Amino acid sequence: MTHSSILLECIDLWKIYGHAPEDFLKAHGGAPTTADFQAQHMVGAVRNANVRIARGEIFVIMGLSGSGKSTLVRCLSRLIQPTGGQLIFDGEEILGKSDRQLIEIRRKRMGMVFQHFALLPHLTVLQNAAFPLEVQGVDRQTRERRALEVIELVGLKGRENRYPGQLSGGQQQRVGIARSLAVEPDLWFLDEPFSALDPLIRREMQDEFMRLQAMLKKTIVFITHDFDEAIRLADRIAVMHDGEIVQIATPEELVQNPANDYVAEFTRYVPRAKVLTLGSVMRPGAAESGVVGELPANARIETVADQIERSDGVFNLRDADGATVGHIGRREVIDVLVGRRGGA
Amino acid sequence: MSQAETEFAAPAGQGSGLAALLRKPWLFWATLFLSTALISHYAFDLYKALDARWIIRFPSAWQPDFEGRISAFMTWLLEDARILGLQFREITRGLAAMIEAPYDLVLDLFVRGLVFGQGQQAVQILPPLSWVAVVYAVVALGHYTKSWALAALMGGCFGYLAVFGQWESAMVTLSSVLIAVPLAAGGGLLLGILAYRLRWVDLMLRPVLDLMQTVPVFAYLVPILFMFGFGPVSALVATIIYATPPMIRVTIVALRGVPEELAELGRMVGCTPRQQMWKVMVPSAKPTIMVGVNQVIMLTLNMVIIASMIGAGGLGYDVLTALRRLDIGGGIEAGIAIVVLAIALDRLSQEYATRTVEQTARQAQGGWLRRHRWALSAAAVALATFLAGMVLPWIQNYPAAAEISTGAFWTRAMEYINVTYFDTLDAIKTVILQWFMLPVRAFFTGIPWVWGLFAATLIGLRAGGWRLAALVFCLVGLIVLAGLWTPAMMTVYLCGVSVVIASVIGIPLGIWAAGSAGSNRVIGAFVDTLQTLPSFVYLIPVVMLFRVGDFSAMIAIVAYALAPAVRYAAHGIRSIDPQVIEAGIVSGCTPAQLMRRIKLPMIVPELLLGLNQTIMLALSMLVITALVGTRDLGQDVYIALTKADTGQGIVVGLAVAFIAITADRILAASARQMRRKLGIEQ
Repeated sequence: MTHSSILLECIDLWKIYGHAPEDFLKAHGGAPTTADFQAQHMVGAVRNANVRIARGEIFVIMGLSGSGKSTLVRCLSRLIQPTGGQLIFDGEEILGKSDRQLIEIRRKRMGMVFQHFALLPHLTVLQNAAFPLEVQGVDRQTRERRALEVIELVGLKGRENRYPGQLSGGQQQRVGIARSLAVEPDLWFLDEPFSALDPLIRREMQDEFMRLQAMLKKTIVFITHDFDEAIRLADRIAVMHDGEIVQIATPEELVQNPANDYVAEFTRYVPRAKVLTLGSVMRPGAAESGVVGELPANARIETVADQIERSDGVFNLRDADGATVGHIGRREVIDVLVGRRGGA
Repeated sequence: MSQAETEFAAPAGQGSGLAALLRKPWLFWATLFLSTALISHYAFDLYKALDARWIIRFPSAWQPDFEGRISAFMTWLLEDARILGLQFREITRGLAAMIEAPYDLVLDLFVRGLVFGQGQQAVQILPPLSWVAVVYAVVALGHYTKSWALAALMGGCFGYLAVFGQWESAMVTLSSVLIAVPLAAGGGLLLGILAYRLRWVDLMLRPVLDLMQTVPVFAYLVPILFMFGFGPVSALVATIIYATPPMIRVTIVALRGVPEELAELGRMVGCTPRQQMWKVMVPSAKPTIMVGVNQVIMLTLNMVIIASMIGAGGLGYDVLTALRRLDIGGGIEAGIAIVVLAIALDRLSQEYATRTVEQTARQAQGGWLRRHRWALSAAAVALATFLAGMVLPWIQNYPAAAEISTGAFWTRAMEYINVTYFDTLDAIKTVILQWFMLPVRAFFTGIPWVWGLFAATLIGLRAGGWRLAALVFCLVGLIVLAGLWTPAMMTVYLCGVSVVIASVIGIPLGIWAAGSAGSNRVIGAFVDTLQTLPSFVYLIPVVMLFRVGDFSAMIAIVAYALAPAVRYAAHGIRSIDPQVIEAGIVSGCTPAQLMRRIKLPMIVPELLLGLNQTIMLALSMLVITALVGTRDLGQDVYIALTKADTGQGIVVGLAVAFIAITADRILAASARQMRRKLGIEQ
């Protein structure tokens, strides 16, 4: 990854709660241990986080409640001031920025979707969606035109004049999404956006989210406690535990090589066919005989399983450049589907 | 497990005898009570035997002259003090003018009409709003706010005021309310916002608010009277000062209650601090803030009535003069008018506070004309009745000939009751006085100050440790130092008796109300109405039936202070975890056992908080009952008011506040202690 492809980066980021956290961090050479925290009754909500988020990627931060994921995302958006470390947004250090400069960055370049929607109850759907623009002083006609666009984008056309209290949970979150998109942000934070919704609606909203992202190609920081949601949406996942980032990897890498038992516990029951690509289970080299077709090596097994299983022959696999990198047959696919070969 | 059992199960016997004594509740209270009773009973004999008068009366030679010094300071403030080069007197005059100008305007609108010239030469150029216009306006407001039912209630209430001849006084009172409410609510909102945003403002305001809640209203009438003179401006200043603190509190609570996410949203979209407050925080907190506005309206009405003593005029003045003349009919008439006005204002503001977004949405639709149809039609009616009123005077002013006076009826009714039931009423009064009130009075007033100070400190120690003990010692000590021990004990006695009776009536009512939806509706409505009524109103029937004295005062205090006892008991029962009750039922408890073994022990902390509120209300009412001839601190404040003696007013007012704070801290600490023991720490 070249430098310019990175939109947001944090280096050695700490968020510590307790008495005089800065002094505590300094006293322990910028890297206090778990024992240090316990000895001084301090809480390390985020410990030594290092994250680089590339432009256009969906970066998911996954962790159970209390793992520090919400604190981390609030540090990244500077809703709370980290205790120590560096935060670089688009090549600029922003921890030292003044409130006024921060307001400018947030107005133009960041958007956020909240777990409980955070809609203003006294404003209509239209006014809620237009709110970030109103705050910037955009005139009414312009901002309402833009708000109508994003409302249409999230499929709420015709409900502009409803109030949040008159909408279902899923619809309310659509308004929250529309609002966060109204300013066309470069960086889009979503803090457990679908956790407060029913499972069926959640699924529908995830699809909707993928549809939007396919159109908009935003840089996304997505927080969730739901591992299935994480592997479904993520380009890369950061797994958090007790304030620390345990592993950052693509869903496939996570499933194949969990960094420790904690991560392995999450990946154990994940349907592998949904995560693994053909490339990860292929046999190297071109097949010598019985080739019945060609498939891309980066296709998820789930999507082509039927096709491979139905045929008697093997398929050669091409990488992105069109070169043949390996081959795969019915046997390998079935192994994955029934879980015979574990994580490999 | 009952309270006593947990207590005794605690490890005892470690530490000194005193510590052990403090730990066992029954032993502690019994010992304290018995020794106090003994000392109280023999204090006088002891003084005679030893010829030591200091035992029962704090020597005046030891008293610092608080009152004289405060009076001297106030005089200096008014006559010599300069702030930023401005004489203090000029500042108060400026303030008075700022309040008087809008007040005059509203009074012109509702009562006087536009008058040119002074005194004899005065010519009325424009009449005030006609009664038809005002009634139409409140009906429109009722419909706009909620429904036709509310509109009918509003029309009925204001129609009553016109038909029963209370119109002019009611409009004077309403004018005061209309001026005081925006100032108190607006000022409270701004101060609350400041306290929310700036920590030091919060820290500074907090003790002031605590004190304001406990200082009796008469006490600050005195310095205000001193500074602003007798008249409606003084009354308005007092009203605003009285009604603002609750608004500040509600605003702080409301802002703190805004979900964290909404605050984060504001910051994420790049709100400046000002936009954050006015576009995100305040609108989100509005439902709670509106509850505060409702409170402000009711407190304003309450105070406007009381402030008739320093020149507010209106319905309060009618009641006051009626009370002074013992004009039974007139007093009840004006009292009912106050009740009617109070109900109308309460319902309207409460319904307004609970308006749903849908309602607002429905009304926000349509063109300008349609959206403002009610305001426009009210203006049209005002104009039409003004024109028609020139030809047909009954449209302008409700015709005196058609007024119905109920004064004579009430007088006769009271006479009838007093004649027919004199024996019964008198017997009730005598029994309660003889067997309950007088012994309690002898008990409290007999306590020598030294022992009282010691006992109060000891109670503080038991309830909340050394810090509370020190606080109690200081507060009670100051009362002693000011030479107010005896009237203070009279206050404790009257307040205590009333609180006991209010609890005996209120707690079972509350438990009953929590039992079923039906009883809850009836009792709830009853208690709500009791709380809506301005405190002054309670004096009227009491005086009519029982004449002046401690007994009348007690009844009025009980009626006024009943509400929290009922509310907290009901709330306590309702908030018991249903699983605990189910566990009791499954274990085979009878309903009586369920109440005695499970429900009652669990609501004790809640009851203590209710008791706390009851005491606060009782103390505030106690001062007002000075009008019916009590002999406690309240009477001293009232006397200070009539003499405009600032020093005495402030010192005695603070003494009442100290009693309130002592009771409040001790009860709060006990409730906390008990909560912890029951494992329901909040």
